[in-house]
Order: sequence, then structure tokens, then C-alpha cells
Amino acid sequence: MSLNKYDGIVIGSGSVGTPLAYFLALEGWRILVLDGKKSPGQGQNKAAIGGVRATHSDPAKITLCLQSIEIFSGWKEKHGTDIGWIEGGYCFPIYTGEDEASLRKLLPVQKSFGLNIDWVGPEKIKELIPGINEKGLRGGTWSPGDGQVSPLKAVAAFWKESRDRGAEYRFDEPVTDLIISSRRLEGVITPRGKYYADVVVNAAGAYAKQIGEMAGIDIPVVPDSHEAGISAPLERFIDPLIVDIRPGPWGKTSNFYFGQNDRGQVIFCYTPLRPLVGTNRAVTSEFMPTIARRMIDLIPRLKNMLIRRVWRGLYPMTPDGIIILDKVREREGFYLAAGMCGQGFMLGPGVGLNLANLIVRGKPLIDPDIFSSLGFHRNFQAQRSEALK
Amino acid sequence: MKAREGEVITSALFANGIKVFGHHPRDGAPQGIFCVNGQCSQCMVLLNGVPVKGCMTTLMPGMHIESCEGVPGLPEDDALPDFSDPETIETDVLVIGGGPAGINAARELGILGIDTLVVDDKNELGGKLTLQTHPFFGSKDDCYAGIRGIHIARILTAELEKLESVKTIRNTTAVGVFHDGIIGMYGEGKYFLVRPRAVLVSCGAREKTLAFPGCDLPGVYGAGAFQTLLNRDLILPTERLFIVGGGNVGLIAGYHAIQAGIQVVGLVEALPHCGGYKVHLDKLKRLGVPVFTSHTILAAEGADTLERIIISGIDEGFRPIPGTEKEYNVDTLLIAVGLTPVDELYKKMRDFGIECYACGDSEEIAEASAALFSGKIIGRKIARSLGHPVEIPAEWYATEEVLRSKPGKKIPFQPADQNMRMYPLIRCVEEIPCDPCVDSCPQGSIIIEEDSIMGLPVFRGECIGCMKCVSACPALAITVVQPDYDTANDTALVVIPYELAWNDLAEGKEVRTVDMEGNPIGGGKIIKFKKSALDKSRILVFLEVPRKDAFQAAGFLVQEIEKGQKGPVVTETLPDDTIICRCERITAGEIRGEIRAGVRDMNILKATVRSGMGACGGKSCTELILKLYRDEGVDPADVTLPTERPFVAEVPFSTFAGVKGERGGK
Repeated sequence: MSLNKYDGIVIGSGSVGTPLAYFLALEGWRILVLDGKKSPGQGQNKAAIGGVRATHSDPAKITLCLQSIEIFSGWKEKHGTDIGWIEGGYCFPIYTGEDEASLRKLLPVQKSFGLNIDWVGPEKIKELIPGINEKGLRGGTWSPGDGQVSPLKAVAAFWKESRDRGAEYRFDEPVTDLIISSRRLEGVITPRGKYYADVVVNAAGAYAKQIGEMAGIDIPVVPDSHEAGISAPLERFIDPLIVDIRPGPWGKTSNFYFGQNDRGQVIFCYTPLRPLVGTNRAVTSEFMPTIARRMIDLIPRLKNMLIRRVWRGLYPMTPDGIIILDKVREREGFYLAAGMCGQGFMLGPGVGLNLANLIVRGKPLIDPDIFSSLGFHRNFQAQRSEALK
Repeated sequence: MKAREGEVITSALFANGIKVFGHHPRDGAPQGIFCVNGQCSQCMVLLNGVPVKGCMTTLMPGMHIESCEGVPGLPEDDALPDFSDPETIETDVLVIGGGPAGINAARELGILGIDTLVVDDKNELGGKLTLQTHPFFGSKDDCYAGIRGIHIARILTAELEKLESVKTIRNTTAVGVFHDGIIGMYGEGKYFLVRPRAVLVSCGAREKTLAFPGCDLPGVYGAGAFQTLLNRDLILPTERLFIVGGGNVGLIAGYHAIQAGIQVVGLVEALPHCGGYKVHLDKLKRLGVPVFTSHTILAAEGADTLERIIISGIDEGFRPIPGTEKEYNVDTLLIAVGLTPVDELYKKMRDFGIECYACGDSEEIAEASAALFSGKIIGRKIARSLGHPVEIPAEWYATEEVLRSKPGKKIPFQPADQNMRMYPLIRCVEEIPCDPCVDSCPQGSIIIEEDSIMGLPVFRGECIGCMKCVSACPALAITVVQPDYDTANDTALVVIPYELAWNDLAEGKEVRTVDMEGNPIGGGKIIKFKKSALDKSRILVFLEVPRKDAFQAAGFLVQEIEKGQKGPVVTETLPDDTIICRCERITAGEIRGEIRAGVRDMNILKATVRSGMGACGGKSCTELILKLYRDEGVDPADVTLPTERPFVAEVPFSTFAGVKGERGGK
């Protein structure tokens, strides 16, 4: 076997690439992971706030995230490494009848795919979220099996375990071109060399489109961005991740979400009403004043926490808001784990596990019909919509 | 417990003998002051249940202060406050940092009527000038030479206040630069935004730090921190002090300590020569401070606060020499190992394409005299960039260069008998930018022959014994001698400048004289002493010494020279349990483990061991980690530095939402 010939090459060592490399290495595959950054997780992984939920409306995302949760929650027992898993659940407190109706409508679907979720009354919400603004609080959904993980620790853990199983990582080596012979993708080119493999996976996150262009394939992934921040550590007082789906009263935000991580730090983010399209990751002056009002309005006692850091991360968006997980028909050996729409971290292990199965055994672990809804060759303009973005 | 209204919390606690402000959540280690400059976050205390930096928070009546034990809880205050939008201030020029550089730049801008906003994180403008109780070097025309820094600060502040187009906001820190060209500010319980056309970053410097066992003990802190406690807040923080570092900062801190009656037990400098001005070094030695060059600090020890230190000699490779260890009992150890520009905001602004300038220590570490002058130039540069056709005289650049000069050549001190009744002996033997002595002599007898104020002054001509040169020399390097004072007894009179307590002097008192560099010579007797007419903080001491000592006697000891005890042999210089990241309490061993496992990206260290993830954001540990890399044989050029993000200091959440009146105090 030639030194630069691998069974599989993974482009990108982030939230998706590292678990994928881990699951492929577990199968005994000889894997090379390439990344243009200096180390793993230096793209959007470290911008993630770490919430992991199966509380979605899309069946594929529900089932993939249930698998992610299984992998994250069992990690410490299996590998001995703490990745900051907290089984604190997810809570969507609800203040309007319209929102209540739409969330209640989702419950049967969510439950049918195995999600442990229910509508709970305001008393339970107040117990879950001490100090929550009670005015107009109708109750909310509560999914106790969801939780949170440290994205930084998780990527480091997948990196280590995959290397221990033979995966090779090359950093500071961006893929600059692909080696294509007739319809087959045979390898990749970086400034330092050429690498060949039977399978190449595009897990390049916000840069998936550019990798696709090298293969002559249009991958409809366009990054926009969300800003996020973190407080100084506080004594634990909220366990669940909280999502407030109301549009913000100042016309700047749709929803916002936050939680208290394993270090006691409150970590938070909002979805801007007008997407910030592009790859700029520098913070704007608008973020903190906007999020502070929303969060203090929801939980007034948060006013006294200290804010330590703010940042911005990219959301590689697809036109329909659903991820792409498939093999590319036009390029044999080319697989896509792309367009994670800002949920690459929570989806990563489930995506990695299923894609590894698809690659090695020709079929995913989850129901192939559900899996096929993530197909690359779908009609991206069809009006599907994800209710719980 | 009593405190003065308006002083910062940490100083009030120190004044009450409290040096431990809480214990760290990770390992229960005691936490005390470190930077006293708002940079490090080690002095967190709970103010009405909410954590604040004690060194940046001014006391007001009704405040409830508690120690910060472990992770603080969130007060169960569930009242929904009123919100408001943060104010956005538009200005032509934003000056961040009202120290010597910033004030002088703002002054130039103000004279031209340019709309200028000066924001400073302290209660008084002047930056580090407000800590400098010693007279300045340099030249009178360019940078107020001969005047004490603290007075220069007041003069400049008063001049600034006269300028209508200049506004100042105090107690306010620039906490973040945003990519939309806006700068976020926090202070006095308020968060606001500034949208400037141009920015001057003149935030000064922060003190470098050093890793050694016990470096994190309360009682080990920066020399600048010490000067803040002593000179700004008038707190006597220690009885027995040791200093690491023989640059000007360490030397001057030692001098200030002795002025305050503190025993300065010693000073170590790793290099074979102290880097500070020789005149400062000599001044300290003459008072009885032992200075150990080619020595280092090995360890600091104590239960909850510092009790003792161990120093040792080092070889050319800076490795400790076993068997040379010495132990001293001290309660305070000052770290004065250099300064690093506070330039993170400047770098971000450049990244974001904001019209920005850096000046003073934020641009290049130099003396405050240089910062004063550079401020003038940069002020005019900014004015020009905004379209004001103001000239910058070419000679200004030359003067700036001179004031920034490192010490030049040294010559031996060779006093000659002038065959005159009395005359000055000028112990200025190392070229530094300074000339107040020249102006001081009414006879014009002190001259610098070179064109530059870097030249060494010489005495040529008449001396009328007015003593003005003795009063004027900022370095106390001039004495006036009358060799034939008492021919019967074969004694001479030496007039020595003295800046210590008046009470310690007495007519007829016997003293032990020393030469220029503090070597003992013999005895002397105080004949009389009087306040200098030029400088009320300086005393002229008339000392009668044996005729043979007339040219050598340059001062007299004011403290016992301590010898220390023989210390234990230390074999490991930086053991694995030494704290490197003080915010998160990450040890050298934890970081070494990662380095040895191949980690070359400090962003990964942040993820795996959490170094640099604390409140200060890696301001103190980044350099120390780079040193660990070097020690492990890794070229720092191969190491990726951590990503820097806003905020440079933690900001209360409420202030972003414009919540008012929530927390007592500023």
C-alpha cells in the first residue's frame, strides 16, 4: 500500500469530521483527515454553544440526534473522558396560544420517533427555570433526555479516540483541488501533496460548497452566522437548555437559546431576524444589547451575571434548512456530510455513525426511508420547513 | 471595618490588613491582589452578592462586600428592570487611555478644536504618572523634567480641562472593538458605544509576570500594583519587601518603598547587570538595599500569604546554581520583569480597518517622558489625517527618538579636586536623556558638551554654593562638596539630597556613609538639614565627613543590609505543580503534558486544559506558556497563539440592556 493511499479521506476535522473519522476508524478503515486550520475544531465547532437535542420536527434529525445523545451520554463510561455531558433536558417555555398550538401539534410526531417529550404546565417550567418571567407563561415542552456537551472537549475526544484507532490527521493542509478520473473521485491535493482514497467525504462545514466546486458539483450550502456569548461561572441554577421561540420585540431576533454548561457558565446565542450572510466571524456591537434585553426579560435575575466573551460562528445553510448526508451520484467515491445548518455539533456523532455505515455497508443505521430525505439529489426548493430551527 | 469613601475596595481591605479576598473554586487556593490595574481579575469580591473586580470598584456608603469563596451564586433578584438602548457617542477622535501619551495627544487635538473624547479606566487622568512620586528625567522643555510625575499629571489634566472640544469620561474601560467600527465601553455601571472617525490607543502597558512555585500566593504581585497601593491609595501594604527585576520599574518601586519606611530586603536581577538607569540603581544601593545580579527567584512560600522566598545564583544559561540558595523572610515580593504593550484593541481595530493609532507604551515600551512627547506628535498626526493642515516640526521626531533612547555608554566616576571652596560632584556617568541640572545652575557652570541631552553633564566654572543642582537632579546624583570644611579636624562638608522621612534626621546624628554605588566608606555627622527651596519634597543634608572621604561619600545608609539565611537546595526550578494560568489555576505539569503530546495550538490548550479561558483571557499566561514551549524545545514560531475575542474585561449583563441603578457604586 502506498503511503499516501488511504481507505477514506475526510475533509474537515470539526464537529462532523472528527466523529466520522472515529466511526470509520472503528470499522478498521485507514483514514486521513485533512484540515486547513492548525488543529481540530477550529472552524465552527468552538463557536457552538453545546446544546444537544433530539427535539426537532424533522424525523431524520430526531433520529440522528437520538443517536448522538446515546454516543455523547455514554462517552465517559466507554472512554473514560469527560466531555461535559449534562442530561439537563431542553425546555421551550411558551407565552402565546399560537406557539403552544404549534408545539403541541409536533408532540405526536416527535414521540412516534422515540423522543421523550411532553407539554408541561407553568409550575413545572418555573421549577425547571428558577426566576423565569411568569407573566403570560402558558407552560412549555420539556424533553428531559436532551442535554449539553462541551464542543471543545468533544472534538478533542473524537480526535484522540480516532487517532488511537489509526486515523491520521494533517493540519494546516487545506484541500486545494480534487483528483478526478472520468466519473471517479480518486483523491485530493493540498499544498503539501496528493492523497488517494476509495472514499472522500466532504465535511468541510461552511466551506463545503468550495470543495464541491472542485468536484464540479454544486452543493447549495451558503453560510450565514449567529453571534454567541458566555458568562463567568455561576453556581448551577438551571439544568435545561432553554429555547425561547418568540420573535424578539425589537425586530432583530427570531428565537434565542441558552443554557448553563458544565463549568457553570451561561452560554447563549440568538437567531438574527435578517440572516448575516457570509463568512465574517467578527462580533457586531448589536449583539450584546439585543440578547441582554431578551434574556433578562425572560429571567430577570440573569442581569447580575458577568459576561466574559462573545464570538460569531457560521451556520452552513441549505435552501430548505435540512442537512445533506449522501453519496454523490455524479462522482463515484464522493460523499457529503454538509449543510448542517448550525446543528453540526449535535448532529455530528449521529451523522458520523450513519455515514460510516453507509460507506462501509452501503446502508445507514437509521430507517433508510428517513435517511433518504437528507439526499443530495432532492429538490431543495420544495417547501419543507423545519419548525424548530 | 472602616474605609474611606471613594477608594477602591482592595485598597480599603489592605488598609484593614486583609490580603486574601477569597478562595478559588478549583483548588481552594487563596486569592489576593495581583495587577491592581483591572487586568487580571484575581481580586474578585462580592459586592451586594455580585462579583466585581475589587481594584476597579470604588467604595460608596451602603455597599456590602464579601469574600468570593468558590463559584458565586446568582442573587435571586427577580424584579423585571426597565431597559434602554445603550447610548452611542459620535466623536471625531476617541482616545483610549488618558495617560501621558493620551493626554498630550488630546491636548494637541483640543488646541485645534477637534472633537475628542478621552476615556480612562481610572478615577484620575494621568495613567501611571499618578504613581510616580519621583521627579522626571528628560528635558524641561519637552517633558516637564525635574517635576514629579504626580504633579505632571495634574498640570496636564488641568490644561486638558480648559479645552472645549475635549471631553473626558473616567472610570471607564474600552472593553471591545466590534467589526462595525464601534467600540464598546463599560464603566460606572453603564455600557455605551462610541463611533469615532479615528482612534488613539494609549492604554499603556501591563506588567509581565514570572512563573515559579508560589508565584500565585497572595503577597506576590506586580511592582506597578505596589506603586498603586502606596502612591495612589496611600496604603502601606508591606513591612518587608523583596523585588524581582532590576529595570527602572523595580528600582523605582524599591525607592518608593524605602521612602514609605518599608524594609527593602533585596532585589534580584537575572542578567549580569541591571537594565534600569544606573542612577536609579545606585540610589537604591546607597540606602542599603542589596542587589543580586545573575540571581533569580526560585520559590515563594507561605500558608495563606507570602512568608518567605528562596533566591539563588544562576549561570550564563540562566540555570540555578545549587548551593547558592538564600532564604529571606518577607511578606511581599514584587515582580518587575518588564512590561507588555496593552495593544489587543489596537490590533483588532487594524483588523477591522478602523482608522487607528497607538502611542506611548501601547506602541512601544519606553519612559513616560517619551510617551509625553510622542503624544504630541501623534495628536498632530491624527489631526492631519482628519484634514487639519497642522505641521509636525521635524525636530519633534528627533526629540522623540532621544527620549526613547536606552541608556548609552558609561564612564567611570573620577572626581577631581577643583581647587575651589565648594563645587558639585556629578555622579551622572551613564548616558540617559536628561538635563535639568544644566538649567539649575545660575552660573551656567553645568554644561552638556554634546548637542543631545543624552550627553553627560560636566561642571566647568564657578560655584556659588546655591545647592540648586543638588535639588534639581532627578536622580539625586549630585552632591556639593566643601573639601576644607574644618581644616583643624581634617573634615569636609558634603551636601546630600535626601527624599526620605524628615523625622529620621537629627542634627549631630552619626551616619554610615557609602560611595556612589552603596559601598560602605566610613562615618559622618549630620551638621544641619533643610528643605530644598526648589522642591519641597527634597531635603538637603549637610554631612561632615573625614576629608579623605569627601569625594567618595555620596549618601548614607538608612536600613540594615540583610544577609538572609542559607536556603534549602532546590533541584527542580519549575515543578509541575507551579501555577501558570492563574485565572483557571492550570499548572505547568498540565500544560507540559499537552505540549509533550504534540499540541502546538494554544486554542487546543484552551479546550483541553482550559488555560487562558478565565476572566483575563490569557493576558498573563500566554507568555508563560510560550516559555514552557521553549523549555520543552519547541520553537515558539511553531506555536499558534490563542484567538483573542471581546471582552477584555468582564461586563455585567444588565449594563448591556441599559438597566439602571441596579448595583450600588461604580
